[in-house]
Amino acid sequence: MNKYLLKLYITGCTPQSERAISNLYRICEAEMQGQFEVQIIDVLQSPELAEKDRIIATPTLIKDLPQPLRRIIGDLSDVERVLRGLDIEQIHGQP
Amino acid sequence: MSSYHSNRISKLATGIAGFDAIAKGGLPEGRTTLIAGSAGSAKTVFAVQFLAEGIRQFDQHGVFVTFEEAPADIRRNMASLGWDIAAWEAAGCWAFVDASPLPGEAEVIAGAYDLGALLARIEVAVNRVGARRLAMDSLGSLFSHFENHALIRNELFRISAALKLMNITAIMTAERTQEYGDISRYGVEEFVVDNVMILRNVLDGEKRRRTVELLKFRGTEHQKGEYPLTVLPGQGIVVIPLSAIELKQRSSNTRLTSGSRELDAMCGGGFFRDSIILVSGATGCGKTLITTEFAASGASGDERCLFLAFEESRDQLTRNATGWGKNFEDLESRGLLRVIATYPETMGLEDHLIAIKMAIDEFQPNRVAVDSLSALERVSTVKGYREFVIGLTSFIKHREIAGLFTSTTPRLIGGESITEAHISTITDSIILLRYVEMFGEITRGITVLKMRGSAHDKEIREFSIDANGMHIGKAFRNVTGILSGHPRHVEPQEIGRLNALFVNHNEA
Repeated sequence: MNKYLLKLYITGCTPQSERAISNLYRICEAEMQGQFEVQIIDVLQSPELAEKDRIIATPTLIKDLPQPLRRIIGDLSDVERVLRGLDIEQIHGQP
Repeated sequence: MSSYHSNRISKLATGIAGFDAIAKGGLPEGRTTLIAGSAGSAKTVFAVQFLAEGIRQFDQHGVFVTFEEAPADIRRNMASLGWDIAAWEAAGCWAFVDASPLPGEAEVIAGAYDLGALLARIEVAVNRVGARRLAMDSLGSLFSHFENHALIRNELFRISAALKLMNITAIMTAERTQEYGDISRYGVEEFVVDNVMILRNVLDGEKRRRTVELLKFRGTEHQKGEYPLTVLPGQGIVVIPLSAIELKQRSSNTRLTSGSRELDAMCGGGFFRDSIILVSGATGCGKTLITTEFAASGASGDERCLFLAFEESRDQLTRNATGWGKNFEDLESRGLLRVIATYPETMGLEDHLIAIKMAIDEFQPNRVAVDSLSALERVSTVKGYREFVIGLTSFIKHREIAGLFTSTTPRLIGGESITEAHISTITDSIILLRYVEMFGEITRGITVLKMRGSAHDKEIREFSIDANGMHIGKAFRNVTGILSGHPRHVEPQEIGRLNALFVNHNEA
């Protein structure tokens, strides 16, 4: 399967940021079978990257690969929406 | 930063022509002002110009946060107004924070978020260029982008609080759905800002009218009501601060000639130098001739005259003048006269006013002649026309220029016009030209109805035109009712008999 290339933008080490990071890793490990690479970017540390990607809201998750590019905004607590956003078909519950 | 001793909010001059006059100095410094306006009300132009004038006039740098148009579009659109944003960016005076939507990219909301990244980017941009000014355009797209409006309002409040700490004077633009009604679509004004102004683009009697209104400037003074504004190529927004104009014109006793010795005599020795003279009459009764005499007569004393024609072309005016023994071409080549002929319909009245002001500032005339002022009535609403007339007269008087305006009366005999109704109280002199029908013949009559600050001839005199220009003859005798349009001949015997009756009556 294709490898996932993900970027997660956060603004500082807030509880919201930490929630987003742990939610992301939980989803990746459950759904991507080790085929993922995650980059965490703090807007306060790298504002030029945030400028380039036009980040307004944080946390924002960007799926660079596989195509197409997707953006998911929020602390990723709504797992169902995150999976839909990442184009991952939910196989749970199927025989 | 704010002083311990004073709670007064200082103002930051925007540099936008006319705006600082109605805002009594400018926008509240270190605060955020909301600019609400419907589509096409020049919100973006105002936002860009706020930063542009800061750079051009005050060396104050700026940050532009765009939620709607991409920076490349803004750079290109504003070039026509004479602003080279790319050059300012290169010089480190201007920074964009690009928050415009990414085309064709689906976005999913999955959990709690805030606009921390936007605030961080704004802070970085402000520090990078050393900004004193910031503009956000426009909040509507931010609200349509994120569905949690309460959160967005809260975040905007956080951003404006952060800007206040950095002592940034900021403006935010927001959409309105109707010209008169709720201030803005998403209720931003109630939560986020202390200061609100409204830009309008109203259809009024088939004419578009742009205005600006300062709704509230918390804790500071400003002018109330709507003020007309216009957007000019190469200049941007120009606000016309009509009733903010103070009546502080000086009054002069210096007289200048009208171009006719007889008319000067009727006026008690000529027009005053800083006076406004209204010449009213029906079509063809000699208004353009009086204007021509007025325009040409300053030349002998090296006075310059600006002749603004709204009814006839340059060629027609020059030919008419030649017919009356005045050489306009010679006067123009010597720099003593400038004739500008335009159709009233070419632009709105606000733009006419600004074009006239610019022509006056450039040519520096001693006299301004407008033939005819009433031709401009038809391109505007009554309110817009009155504002135009007041704006023009006060501008002329401020510069100690003599202004001669003509007004065409709608009726051939007798008559009055809108122009007279609006202008008569601000004019210093009124000269009436009227057709007089007597014994089956039409002759012309002239009278000085009003001459502020001077004695004048009160008779109605006969007025004739020949190859040398105009001639004022004897007063009409034995005729009554000329002004009302119903001249009636009175027999000399009748006058004698009436006088006799009057005497007898007194003696009795």
